[in-house]
Amino acid sequence: MGTAAVEVTDLVKRYGGTTAVAGLSFTAARGAVTALLGPNGAGKTSTIEICEGFRRADAGRVRVLGLDPAADARALKPRVGVMPQSGGVPTGARAGEWLRLMASFHADPVPPELLLERLGLTGAVRTPFRRLSGGQQQRLSLAAAVIGRPELVFLDEPTAGLDPQARRATWDLVAELRSAGVGVVLTTHYMEEAEHLADHVVIIDHGRVVAAGSTADLTDAQQELRFRTGTDLDTESLRRALPGTSQVTALPGGQYVVVTADPAGLGPEFLATLTTWCAAHGVLPEELRVQRRTLEDVFLELTGRDLRES
Amino acid sequence: MTDTTSAAVPHGGSATFAPRPGAAALPRMIRAQAGMELRIMLRNGEQLLLTMVIPVLLLVGFGATSLIDVGGGSRVDFLTPGVLALAVMSTAFTGQAIGTGFERRYGVLKRLGATPLPRFGLLAAKTLAVLAVQAVQVTVISAVALALGWSPAGGPLGALAAGALILLGTAAFSSLALLMAGTLRAEATLAAANLVYVVLLGLGGVLFPIDRYPDVIRPVTEALPITALTSGLRAVLTEGGGLPVAPLLVLAVWTVVGTVLASRFFRWE
Repeated sequence: MGTAAVEVTDLVKRYGGTTAVAGLSFTAARGAVTALLGPNGAGKTSTIEICEGFRRADAGRVRVLGLDPAADARALKPRVGVMPQSGGVPTGARAGEWLRLMASFHADPVPPELLLERLGLTGAVRTPFRRLSGGQQQRLSLAAAVIGRPELVFLDEPTAGLDPQARRATWDLVAELRSAGVGVVLTTHYMEEAEHLADHVVIIDHGRVVAAGSTADLTDAQQELRFRTGTDLDTESLRRALPGTSQVTALPGGQYVVVTADPAGLGPEFLATLTTWCAAHGVLPEELRVQRRTLEDVFLELTGRDLRES
Repeated sequence: MTDTTSAAVPHGGSATFAPRPGAAALPRMIRAQAGMELRIMLRNGEQLLLTMVIPVLLLVGFGATSLIDVGGGSRVDFLTPGVLALAVMSTAFTGQAIGTGFERRYGVLKRLGATPLPRFGLLAAKTLAVLAVQAVQVTVISAVALALGWSPAGGPLGALAAGALILLGTAAFSSLALLMAGTLRAEATLAAANLVYVVLLGLGGVLFPIDRYPDVIRPVTEALPITALTSGLRAVLTEGGGLPVAPLLVLAVWTVVGTVLASRFFRWE
């Protein structure tokens, strides 16, 4: 049990001329929730599919529960649950019978009825997959991923397109898996999902890890200052006026985010300097506040892009 | 998070999901998968039209009327082996190619590849489901044929020989179905499988004696798996001969070629 649930080292995956994964490394602990967070096209799905044994890596090393997902596929399959991003179920299969089929592949499965009830699918037991709503299809795939009481589950975008209630049901299930000692590796492009669920967040962009750590590690170390104005600011001029090494980023909607490496941090002196600069330029900083940074800010700072826009 | 009392629940958390991984026994997995395949096939209206309704309609339509000239002898005795061969092709080839093509397209094959069911188990389950549907087809078609006055030749040995031909024909058609489903896009498979069905129905001697066809296309026609199965079944069930060697050889060659190509080129997604 000494090994990690997933260990990825210098992973590379190319499709023709495009490099989807460009030397990516991360570790996911057993019994913990690890979120691969990044925009669409960042290489999350390629990475997770290599871990699942669906794709071959072009370079690098991948270990899942200490084993090679390609060479040791036979040994891994009963121990690892998989939820693909979409589909994976025959269109004519009914929800209940599909889950019973998945259960019959395992020695000691969770009773299908229990999972159907937990995920709010009891009313859809006899509904063919093609007639289920998108959210019901997602939850059925989630149920199929966990029915074999695996040690580790890979969930690819488990809540994409879910309504808030269904998302909550999924989050509750992931939390329960974690408390039962199941390792969970999920991909998401929802910040709040990573913040809410993950013990460990791996931020991925352009096939590389740009930051990794607990949400607290990634956000607590620094505070940020935010305000909004009706006019365009000369961010370079503001940056030079501020003490220490500071960074000023303009967001859509006249929002500005300021972080600083000044040892004194975002203290009263800093605020005074900022408001003085604003006064000198005839700018009213509305909704001015100092707050803990969010993962979204971290992502923006690291990639220069808004996660939801990209 | 769920409230749990640690005394009643092992692993200090939710007992429901406490890891207890393990694969089921292989026969159980294959049985479950075969059952699923069979239910999906029997629920699919278009497939039933292809596998049950059309063969029976052809048998009744041409067996009870004089719309086609079968070249002397009993009409139903001539037609029944051809219709049986058509039924085998419709399930093992057309239905299986279309079904598997769409399973591949919708990521079903990929998803099943992540379960403890091995690939060989999936193929075994598909084959069992195909054979089960064929058993129903043979029963229904034979019953209708007998009602129309069919008197099969060959006795019990003839039935055994016919069974062997059907099994080999199933192997040949299945390997070709998987070759098509595993290499073409699902829509292309749908179109091509239906086209092949219609073309082979016309060319394969199902409804007309193949000696009516022009001499130029005879060698081509006789090399087709449907012609081999039709003429083999006719040799046994209509003429009362022993195991027909040439048709068996043709079917065996198609099986080998189809299997080699399918295992070489089949893509699971």
